Amino acid sequence: MRIEPRETVSWLGASLAPIAAVAAALLLCSVLILWTGTSVFQAYGLLLRGAFGSAFALNETLTRSIPLILTGLAVAVAFRAKFYNIGGEGQLYAGALAATYFGTGLITLPPALMIPLLLIAGALAGGALLIVPVLLKTRLNVDEVVTTLLLNFVMILLVGYLIEGPWKDPMALGWPQAASIIDEGVLPPLLAKGRLHAGLIIALVAALVVWVLMRMTALGFEIRAVGHNAEAAAFAGIPVGRTIVVTALISGGLAGMAGVSEVAGLKGYLTLDLSPGFGYTGIAVAMLAQLHPLAVVPSAIFLSAMFVGADAMSRAVNIPTYLADVMVGVSVLAMLVTAMLTQYRIRWRG
Amino acid sequence: MADILDILLTAGFWAAAVRIMSPLIFGTLGELICERAGVLNLGIEGIMTVGAMSGWMWVYQGGGLWDGVIFAACMGALFGLVHAAFTVHLGLSQHVTGIGITLVASSLSYFVYRMLLPEATTPPKIEPFEALPIPILSDLPIVGEALFSQSPLTYLAFATVPTVGYVLFRTPLGLAVRMAGENPVAVEAQGLNVLAIRTGAVMVGSALMAIGGAFITMSWFDAFYFNMINGRGWICVALVIFASWRPGKALLGALIFAGLEALQVRAQQSAGAVIPYQFFLMLPYLLSILAMIVMARRAQYPKALLVPFRRGDRV
Repeated sequence: MRIEPRETVSWLGASLAPIAAVAAALLLCSVLILWTGTSVFQAYGLLLRGAFGSAFALNETLTRSIPLILTGLAVAVAFRAKFYNIGGEGQLYAGALAATYFGTGLITLPPALMIPLLLIAGALAGGALLIVPVLLKTRLNVDEVVTTLLLNFVMILLVGYLIEGPWKDPMALGWPQAASIIDEGVLPPLLAKGRLHAGLIIALVAALVVWVLMRMTALGFEIRAVGHNAEAAAFAGIPVGRTIVVTALISGGLAGMAGVSEVAGLKGYLTLDLSPGFGYTGIAVAMLAQLHPLAVVPSAIFLSAMFVGADAMSRAVNIPTYLADVMVGVSVLAMLVTAMLTQYRIRWRG
Repeated sequence: MADILDILLTAGFWAAAVRIMSPLIFGTLGELICERAGVLNLGIEGIMTVGAMSGWMWVYQGGGLWDGVIFAACMGALFGLVHAAFTVHLGLSQHVTGIGITLVASSLSYFVYRMLLPEATTPPKIEPFEALPIPILSDLPIVGEALFSQSPLTYLAFATVPTVGYVLFRTPLGLAVRMAGENPVAVEAQGLNVLAIRTGAVMVGSALMAIGGAFITMSWFDAFYFNMINGRGWICVALVIFASWRPGKALLGALIFAGLEALQVRAQQSAGAVIPYQFFLMLPYLLSILAMIVMARRAQYPKALLVPFRRGDRV
């Protein structure tokens, strides 16, 4: 078996890659569905209906996609520079902490100022959490995957301490949660019914801004150049270390905004179940989008649909909800292969 | 301070530390073997979960304890094979593959657990490995209880350290594995198959990781809980760097970490009112980062770590 690079990467192949990856994931997971004794078509039908079948379902799917768009963007930016930020979960909680700190009465401003303030605070907090890992990488060559992962556990413990201790809301009847975000800081709902909130607009704008940044600015070019070939980029006079640091700050900032959006938009207050692994799912979102900022949006909506649909499916038939997590993991692996096939061809002989 | 000294002098503390370090030894050695062959295996967190679930489930379904350990090891090797197929044979990103393997392996473990035990609200228990006191030696003061009255899996963990060290540094096979991680082209020039060596190393390493997971459910505890690995796999990755890719130093690193964890459980009871328990629980993660910072300047990465090898490539 030989693996050879293709001369040209076809546009069609590149756009078919995520579809093929998802199809492979669905096919592999149907083995698990067969084991549960449910028919595969019925199960995926229930999943589809649970995600898109009604106004309520669609509303939930879009609501759940908001943090995934932001964490997906965070990963997409970082991975472009080959900076493997797996700490989205921790940065999300850092953003949520900042939103809670400033948004629960410390300062009161009109909403037009309050909401941007919370977003900026959250983004700064998320970025700040990456300062140590990124400096360790650029200065000491310490692998960022492990440091960012370890910080996720530290952040979750810190949140647990704060909401059980000094930040605990005395009005919450003993539940460990922080005080509610004041009305001026709450992201307004977008529709009369359902939980969809203005975080969606923030996430879509973020996707657009990141796309413009990556595509049309010198910084975006530098980020991509560093990711492609750091050595060549350095020869061309690009400050590699500084570019990676800036990339990391942007990435952490995006994940931090996801935390703000969840606290100030969805929940209204900080709890420990704020994120069921949005930071980790962001990796799958970015991979399926092939790290393209605009493609992150449909990719996030798709993965959100898997989770929302799987919840509905497991209520209707006896299939554990973990099926959705398996599908997400398998799609990441499948995507690696299909993306490779667009760039390389496999010769079985010769 | 006096409290801490009191704790350090009890045999119970050292026995706990040795118990806690056993899964870290397995995990760290497993990761070390993979990285020595040039493959960063970030599937470790998921593979340890698979080992914890499958070994426990084997026994719960009526299998023997040792058979369960072997079953867990086989499951680990299977995921190692998938990892190797992606990173070694297809040359795909080791970072992303590892994260993907962790996502798949842990969620699949939870799925299988829920399928086989749909109604279990409180996790059912098995009869775990019993302590196997070694005659005469276990009667020694402190050391006897700490080292020689442990579960057989702990003895296996300690025996694995010199075994891995011997194979890696004193046998032709170990030389080939280390060469594959330093200079695969030279291995190829010797007429050896780099891809096969790396695949084998990743599978053996993954099997060890899975045994580490199995230790947690089959010897340390007697049930499987969700999220019970809780970052231990990532700590092992940090420990490999701390140990400069040497088995003996890995043992030392695991001891420091386990000692700290055993200490925090005991210190919590005396200082719990003053320092919240979450800060004690943060220590192993923060210490891992600190360990990587301290060792970073001296770290001698295997030269071909993260570099895929394609047959016929020239340097």
